[in-house]
Amino acid sequence: MPGVKAPRWPVWIILVAMTALVSIPLPDFVTPVRPPWATMAIIYWIMMWPRVFGLGTAWLIGLLLDILQGALLGQHALALTVVGYLTLRFHLQIRIFPLWQLTMTIFALLAIEAFILFWIDGVAGNPPAGVARWTQVLAGAIVWPPVMALMDRARERIEHRDPTFT
Amino acid sequence: MAFSTFDSDQRAFREPNPGPRLVVICILSIALMVTDNRNQTLQTVRSMLGTAVYPIRVLIDAPATFGRWLSESFSTRATLLDENLELNERILVQSARLQRLAALEAENARLRALLESTAKIGDRVLIAEIMSVDMNPFRHRIVINKGSSDDVYVGQALIDAQGIIGQVTRDQVYSAEALLITDVDHALPVELLRNRLRTIAVGTGDLGRLSLPYLPRNADVVEGDLLVTSGLGGTFPPGYPVGSVSKITRNSGQQFLVIDATPAAALNRIREVLLIWAEPTGVAPPADARSDAENLSETATGGID
Repeated sequence: MPGVKAPRWPVWIILVAMTALVSIPLPDFVTPVRPPWATMAIIYWIMMWPRVFGLGTAWLIGLLLDILQGALLGQHALALTVVGYLTLRFHLQIRIFPLWQLTMTIFALLAIEAFILFWIDGVAGNPPAGVARWTQVLAGAIVWPPVMALMDRARERIEHRDPTFT
Repeated sequence: MAFSTFDSDQRAFREPNPGPRLVVICILSIALMVTDNRNQTLQTVRSMLGTAVYPIRVLIDAPATFGRWLSESFSTRATLLDENLELNERILVQSARLQRLAALEAENARLRALLESTAKIGDRVLIAEIMSVDMNPFRHRIVINKGSSDDVYVGQALIDAQGIIGQVTRDQVYSAEALLITDVDHALPVELLRNRLRTIAVGTGDLGRLSLPYLPRNADVVEGDLLVTSGLGGTFPPGYPVGSVSKITRNSGQQFLVIDATPAAALNRIREVLLIWAEPTGVAPPADARSDAENLSETATGGID
């Protein structure tokens, strides 16, 4: 299996770093335009390495997000797993989409995630997050093309790395 | 580009079926959420997990800490001297006030002794720093750099120089998470300093505003009234300033007043907080606190004799 050759730890570092981005302190007015970095990273890597990263990865990253944000334990984990499932299920289709179509798909996936989070907040009786949750989805879709370009470069470097160095 | 992924082709027809996994993980997540929401059994698990992410939080906090260190080390002698002078002056003023406080405290202890009710003396405090880490951006939560290794406990009150800030909601070993009084989930038992009218101050989700929704229309409250903690509920020690009434709206159709209050503490500008250990009321104060009180009452009565 080719996935064995490429090292995985750089990807884990990328995933955890993207997750940690939610904790970077920023002024309040930036909140509505903070993209959901962790979800975007998960979607990208499940789409590109579906045999290496799957639902387990999505769940773990979601759990990390829950702990960092002090959310209900399992809230982001569930939302990210569902998004991961959809990505895994359709990864062959969405991988060959042209960029604009892919961005639309990302928008839909992020919206599904936001809806699940919103729904769980409602059921658990947590105060709703308001409009910011939905503008964040839009922000995520807008920054997807550059983020994907960066991730592509990172992936190429990781895949073409000399395996003896791992 | 899309085709060039190294693992896409040869196994494309042997797709793993993620369906059963999804079901298992969903059930697991929902069970986790229900347990976490309903009861406190996950408290220890949470504090362990929270301790595990502590390194990530330290890393995120590092640039801010470094920046502060940098600005401290490059500040000029003149600025430092100015600051020193100002702080010295402030100490002088404060200690002058404190002299009076000692006498008052002693008097209070004596009066309480006459009434045979136990006095609550000697709140222990510890300074903690707020880490530059964002929690949920939709909620008013902070992370402080003291945890259960410093005896921080869940429900502990946080204050700063101006007033009540919030309470600890989760303790981890080296850090703790706290809820600010302005969070929409937070309610705080308060009383008006002027007439000891008790009510509850509820957070609004706005850092500069609290709401007092439970005062009837004939309540004696005016703009500018000071709110202090009433000590009811046992979480917050009584007598700490909370804020002041800023706006009162009397709607003739409604049973209750719509009252806004401004928190005394500058919640969006705090850097350091004080953790308070309150002696629970009804329990005799420890020996050293009592002897302190006796010393104080001796010094206070000494002048009269």
